[in-house]
Amino acid sequence: MYMFKYIMKRIGLMFLSFFIIMTICFVLIKMLPIVITTGIGQDANLQEEIIKARGYRDPIIQQYFNYIWRIISRGDFGMGITMPECVGKPVWEAFITRLPPTILINVYSTLFAVPIGILLGIYAALRKNKIQDHVISTLVIVFISVPSYVTASVIQYVLCYKLKLFPLTMKEGYDYFSWTMFVSLVPCILAMSAGSIAGYARGTRAELTEVLTSEYLLLARTKGLTKRQAIFRHALRNAMVPIFPSIIGEFISVLSGSLILESIFGIPGVGKMYLASIQSLDYDFFMLLSGFYCLVGLIAGIVVDISYGLIDPRIRMGAK
Amino acid sequence: MIMENVVDKNKIDLTNIPKEKFAFTSADKPLHDKCPETKPVGYFKDAFRRFSKNKGSVVAAYIILLLLLFAIFAPIFSCYTVAYNDMDFNNCYPKSHLSEALDWNFWDGCVDKEYSETQFLIYYAMGVETGHYALKKQTYEKASSTSNYKVRLDTYHSSGNKFMNVTAEQYALIQKYQDETGIQVIYPITEKRKRPAASVDANDANFWFETTSMGSKTTVKYTKNTDGTFSFNNIYREYDVTKVAGDGSYRDGYYSKVFVEGETAENRKYDYAIKNDTGYEIRVNCYEYYIFNHTYVLKDGITEPLFLFGTNHAGKDIFTCLGGGARLSFVIAIVVSAVNLFIGTIYGAIEGYYGGAADMIMERISDIISAVPFMIVITLLQLHMNSSPQLLILFIAFFLTGWIGMASRVRMQFYRFKNQEYVLAARTLGARDARIMFKHIFPNAIGTLVTSSVLVIPGMIFSESSLSYLGIINLDTGNLTSVGTLLAGVSGYMHEYPYMMVFPSVFISLLMLSFNLFGNGLRDAFNPSLRGAEE
Repeated sequence: MYMFKYIMKRIGLMFLSFFIIMTICFVLIKMLPIVITTGIGQDANLQEEIIKARGYRDPIIQQYFNYIWRIISRGDFGMGITMPECVGKPVWEAFITRLPPTILINVYSTLFAVPIGILLGIYAALRKNKIQDHVISTLVIVFISVPSYVTASVIQYVLCYKLKLFPLTMKEGYDYFSWTMFVSLVPCILAMSAGSIAGYARGTRAELTEVLTSEYLLLARTKGLTKRQAIFRHALRNAMVPIFPSIIGEFISVLSGSLILESIFGIPGVGKMYLASIQSLDYDFFMLLSGFYCLVGLIAGIVVDISYGLIDPRIRMGAK
Repeated sequence: MIMENVVDKNKIDLTNIPKEKFAFTSADKPLHDKCPETKPVGYFKDAFRRFSKNKGSVVAAYIILLLLLFAIFAPIFSCYTVAYNDMDFNNCYPKSHLSEALDWNFWDGCVDKEYSETQFLIYYAMGVETGHYALKKQTYEKASSTSNYKVRLDTYHSSGNKFMNVTAEQYALIQKYQDETGIQVIYPITEKRKRPAASVDANDANFWFETTSMGSKTTVKYTKNTDGTFSFNNIYREYDVTKVAGDGSYRDGYYSKVFVEGETAENRKYDYAIKNDTGYEIRVNCYEYYIFNHTYVLKDGITEPLFLFGTNHAGKDIFTCLGGGARLSFVIAIVVSAVNLFIGTIYGAIEGYYGGAADMIMERISDIISAVPFMIVITLLQLHMNSSPQLLILFIAFFLTGWIGMASRVRMQFYRFKNQEYVLAARTLGARDARIMFKHIFPNAIGTLVTSSVLVIPGMIFSESSLSYLGIINLDTGNLTSVGTLLAGVSGYMHEYPYMMVFPSVFISLLMLSFNLFGNGLRDAFNPSLRGAEE
C-alpha cells in the first residue's frame, strides 16, 4: 500500500512538473517570430494564410488552450510549416515515422551492452586487484571518458572506411528488420554501447566487490556452498539491486536517442529531426520533441526509483 | 633462574606496600604535558596524503596541468591566429623541423600516395621547374601491379604554382623582394594557346610543360632520362624583342634580376607576365609567395608555412585552433563550476538549513528545472538570443541548470551537520543563521563540494564540445573556437585526411580522462570512510 501511494504521488508530481515545463516551453516558443521561407512552387501569401488559419497569430494564451484542446480532441500536434520534407504534414505522423530507427538502435545497443558490461564487471570483481581487473578498469575509465563522437569517428574510420566491413551510414529504407539494415546499423550500435558497456562494468564491479566482502557471503561459504554458488545465488542478486534500475533507466532515457551518433551515422531518427527542426525553425516540431525528451527523462527517473522497490522487497519506497 | 625471580616479585603483597617504598618521580621539577613528537594531521592534509598515494590521479593531475599549459601558451607562442586561414596551404600534413633534422619519415608534412602517371608527372614537374619538390626528395617508385607510381607527397609544396592577378605596385614589390633575396617567386607565364584544352587544367598554373589533350583528358609529354629522371619541354611565352619600348621597359614589366635556368638579363627568353586591365597576370610559386607575403608585406611573424599539427580543409592551423579550443574548454570548466558552486551553495544551504516549507518549495523548483533537458534549454536560449554572443548563451545555459546538482549535495551536507552539537553551541552563543551556515557548517562540507565540482567538469566539457559539434551553438567566430567545432568541421574530411581528427580527438579524450581520474582520486581522498581501505 505504501508502494502504491508512493507511485501515485510520484506520477502526480511528474505530471505537474511536465505540465509546468511544457507551459513555459510553449510560451517561450510562441514568443519567437515566425519565419516564412518559401521554396520552389510555394507562395509566401499562402504560407501566411496557413499560419493564420492554424491560429499562430492569435494571442499566446488563446493559442495555448487551442493547442491543448487539439491534442486532447484530435491528437493533433500541429503541422510542419517550414521543415523540408515535412511541410504540410501533421507533426505527429512525421514524428512516428522517425521513431523506429531511434528505438531500434537503442534496443540493439542495450541488448549488446548489458550482458557484456555485466560479465566484464563480474570478472573484474572476482579478479580484484589482479592484472585482469586492472586491464578492465583502465579500459572502463577510458571508454567512460572518451566522448561518444570520438569513439564513433574512430569506429567509422576503421571499420567502415579502412576495413570496409560495414557501410558508412545507415541503409535507406523502411525494412528495419532486414539483415542488410542490421549490418548497416552495427557501427552505430558499437559506438553507442561502448560507453554503456563501460558504465555497466564499472557499476557491477563496484557493487560486487562490496557485496563480496559482506558477512552473509562468508556465512554462505561456511554453510558449505561453493564459491560459484555463493556468488551467483547470493552476491550477484544483491549486487544487481542498484544495477538493474540503472539499466531500465538508461534504456528509457536513451530512447530519446543520441543526437551526435544519429548525425554521424546518418540515422533518420528523432535526434536528426530535432536538429532539423531547430535549423528550419519549425516550432510545432520543436514543441513536440521538447515534450518527448522531457517526458522520457521524467519517466526514466520515476521508473528507476520505483524499480528499486520492486526488485528488492527490503526497500520500501515512501515508507516513513 | 630469571623466571623464578619474576615469580617472586609477583608474590609481593600489593595491597600492603610499605609507605617508604614510594618516591616522587619528579619532586624537584614541574610536571608538563609532552609536546607531541609527530605533526598533527588535519582533514585536508590527510586527504592530500591519501590523494598522493593514488598514482593514477596524480598522473592525471599532471596531465591536466600540461594541457592547461598547452591551452595558455599554444596560442601565445604560435605565430598563427585562430582566425588565420590560407587556402593555398589547406590539407597540409603535420610537419616539424625536428623531422627534417633527424631525417624521419613521419611528421614531415608528407603522405604516402599512389598516383596515375599523369598526376605523378604533374607533381614531378613542379620540382623540376621550381626546385620545390612536391615529391619528397623527388623520389618515386613504380607500383608493381599497376602502371601507377608510389610517391611520398610533400603537402607543403604540392600546391606548386598559381596564377595571380596583381596590380602594378604589387608586381613591383614582388620583384623588389626577388632582387633583395635572390629567391625566385615569379615564374615565366605560360602561353595561353599551349595550355591544356580541358578547362580545369587550363587554369592550373602547374602545367608549364607540353601536353596533349584528348577531350577532357590531358596527357603529359615527357622524356625519360637514363638515370630515371624526367624532362619536359616548357610552354613559356616567348620573349619578343620587338615589344621593348623606347625606355628599355618590356611589355611584361619584368625588371628583376632573378631568372629561370638558362636565362640571363642579357639573354631574355621568356615573358613573366601578361598585362591586363587591372595590372598583370603572373605565375607565382605558392610556397615562396607565401613567405614573401608574410615576411615582406604583412610582417606578421610567420616566416614559412609550417604547421605542427597540420592544417584543415579550410587552411586553418590546427595547432593554434586546438590551443584556442582548449582555452575555451578550460575557461568554461573553471568559470561554470565556480559559479555553480557559488549559486548551488547558497541555494542548497538555505534549503538544508531551514528545511520544512522552504525546503519543499525550493526542492520542487529545482526538480522542475532539472527535468528540462539541457538540449532544450540551450536551444530555446539560442533561438531567443540569436544576436548575442554565443559564449554568453552557453554560459547562461550552464548557469541555469548546472547548479542543481551542487545545490542538492550542499543540502544533503547541511541536513547532516545542522543538528550537531557544535552548531547548537554556536547558536547558544548567539551566532546568526548566516554565520552558522557559512562559518560552522560549510567548512565541514567543503571537501565533498570541491570534489563534486571537479567531477562535473568532464560532463561540462563534453556538453560544450557536443553542442558545438552539432552546430547548435556556433563558437567559431573571429578568434574564438572550440574543440567540438574543430572536430565537426573536419569530420567530412576525416576519411581522406585522418590526421585532422587525431589531435583534437586525443586532446579532448585526454582532458576528459584526466579530469575523471583526478576527480575520482579527490573523491576517494575526501571520503573518510575509505581511510585505510586501500591497503
